[in-house]
Amino acid sequence: MAVSVGEAVSAGPAGDRTPPARRFGGRGRSVLEVVLLAVLAVVMLFPALWMIETSIKENRDVYAIPAKFFDFTVTMDHFRDVFVASGGTRSALSVSFLNSVVVAGVSTVLATVLGVPAAWAYSRFAVRAKKDQLFFILSTRFMPPVVVVIPIFLMYRQVGLIDTKLGLILIYAAFNVPFTIWMMKGFVDEVPAEYEDAAMLDGYTRLQAFWKFTLPLLLPGIAATAVFALIFSWNEFVFAIFLTSSDTVRTAPPAIAGLIGGTTVDWGLVAAASVVFALPVLVFAYLVRRHLVAGVTLGAVRR
Amino acid sequence: MGTVAAHGLRKSFGKVQALDGVTLEVPDGSFFVVLGPSGAGKTTTLRAIAGLERLDAGSVRLDGRDATGDAPAARDLAMVFQSYALYPRHTAYENIASPLRARRRSSSEIAAAVERMSSLLHIERLLQRRPAQLSGGEMQRVALARALVRSPRAFLMDEPLTNLDLKLRVEMRTELTRIHRGLGATFVYVTNDQVEALSMADQVAVLKEGRVQQVGTPAEVYERPANQWVAGFVGSPPISLLACHAEGDRLVGADGWSLPRPRWSTASDGRPLLLGLRAEDLSVERRGDASLPGELYGLEPLGDRTVVDVRVGTQILKVKARPTVTGTPGEPLQVTVDLDRAHLFDAGTGLALPRAGG
Repeated sequence: MAVSVGEAVSAGPAGDRTPPARRFGGRGRSVLEVVLLAVLAVVMLFPALWMIETSIKENRDVYAIPAKFFDFTVTMDHFRDVFVASGGTRSALSVSFLNSVVVAGVSTVLATVLGVPAAWAYSRFAVRAKKDQLFFILSTRFMPPVVVVIPIFLMYRQVGLIDTKLGLILIYAAFNVPFTIWMMKGFVDEVPAEYEDAAMLDGYTRLQAFWKFTLPLLLPGIAATAVFALIFSWNEFVFAIFLTSSDTVRTAPPAIAGLIGGTTVDWGLVAAASVVFALPVLVFAYLVRRHLVAGVTLGAVRR
Repeated sequence: MGTVAAHGLRKSFGKVQALDGVTLEVPDGSFFVVLGPSGAGKTTTLRAIAGLERLDAGSVRLDGRDATGDAPAARDLAMVFQSYALYPRHTAYENIASPLRARRRSSSEIAAAVERMSSLLHIERLLQRRPAQLSGGEMQRVALARALVRSPRAFLMDEPLTNLDLKLRVEMRTELTRIHRGLGATFVYVTNDQVEALSMADQVAVLKEGRVQQVGTPAEVYERPANQWVAGFVGSPPISLLACHAEGDRLVGADGWSLPRPRWSTASDGRPLLLGLRAEDLSVERRGDASLPGELYGLEPLGDRTVVDVRVGTQILKVKARPTVTGTPGEPLQVTVDLDRAHLFDAGTGLALPRAGG
């Protein structure tokens, strides 16, 4: 039995695969509910739909009044413009996407590498004032970034981290480590400590026991946690716009925001860039949708 | 060699004192059982010996050498966990091979050892399965095989039979005893089941609230319980305890009964005592000089025997009788007492009174 990430979850409660008892439009939903849900769906989905439409419309259709919902000419020009500058060289936007990939990727790896062992330690060992420490770690997530951005800005200026990718990587990692610790601690708690005890009696050191026997069981949890961290770093806007300024360093969110505000706004380009920006998040969210509630014990311990 | 010695182990979890000065001497090659109710500190004792628990105080000596600070791997012990703790993503084969892999043995050596163990424990056909595909009894055997596959200094077993059903448990009791005899190795075996303790052990240590109450052979623990608590914990049905005091050559009960004072008794007159009487040392069928008046309270037929509950004054005595015994509740009875086999405890301290002439 090859245990894959997917199986770990689908092996969960038997009710998982049965359809929900109450379906849309089915018995138990009043007309009012249906109407409200429909209104809500339109409000939520319309901007996304309009973004996608705008990204494939020609400019004159974008500005057409009355708005053209269906009868417009489809073009991929805006998407080309996202990646290629007018001279055929790489566009500033594509550089910012690359920066986003690097910053989000490296900060996530950093947060995972630091956070997973910390979560393991908090789960397994008697740490002095453990609850207080964990609360402190969590409390760093209470405040919104905008509260600390000015002091961070001043500190970064002192140490020369202003307008560097490293600066963004460090601050994102700092924000993701607490999240990783908290989420991973839950996953580690689920893996019985006896596996490590047994491994140590087999003759392994504690670290070997963790590495060989616990870590493989944590992989689904690590994947889910890392995706959340990745999405946070990918979407982050406040730090990015305060701490970076040059095109070579900027990440995608401030770069896309920067497209708006000139004398004319190329809405087609803004929409296309937004679609490109949103896609990875959608893909990742889709990949981890089942792990949001995943348990990871697969087994051999009776309790 | 395989001696295990623990001296003055102390360990607290928060406000709970799990171990309160536990001292044990496990001789080489013995089947040493640590017996006690849940929460007595049995598992903590075992984990402390294994090096899985950091002690507040005390020391662990293995083969006479201090091993208190050693890592589990350095202690050369094998352990069977109550939960079995089989690695869920490894096959039974890989689980059993794990201790040898950790020691970097060659794969041919590992294969031979796993094969030997699996035939000893009759699990040859399960080797390619994962723990999730094994039954409780099968997991238990695989866990046992993982411990037995190498020859450690001693085997530590934490209630290995608790999670098995009764039939399997009885079977495994015999099998474990057989394995122990075959290996001649030291076993430290933790259980809350007195039947396991009495039937398997060379030596029993009775533990309560983190303190050792008594260490001895099963017969010693049963026949000469060191205190009232051990007497009550070991034995089924439980020993009956009657409040009384000595008065000249008689024992006078708080409920008004009186018995001849046992010849071996050393109690001074008037000191409050507890008379401990085991069910098999009482009879409602025989006649004797020493007897207690009571009335039938109830019958518990158990197939091979019947336990007769007799009310004496305000207390209920458990009396073992033949399965054919009958009676109606309320009917008056004489309970004959075998005073040579009775126990006397100090009612204050609970300690057994010394017996004159052994």
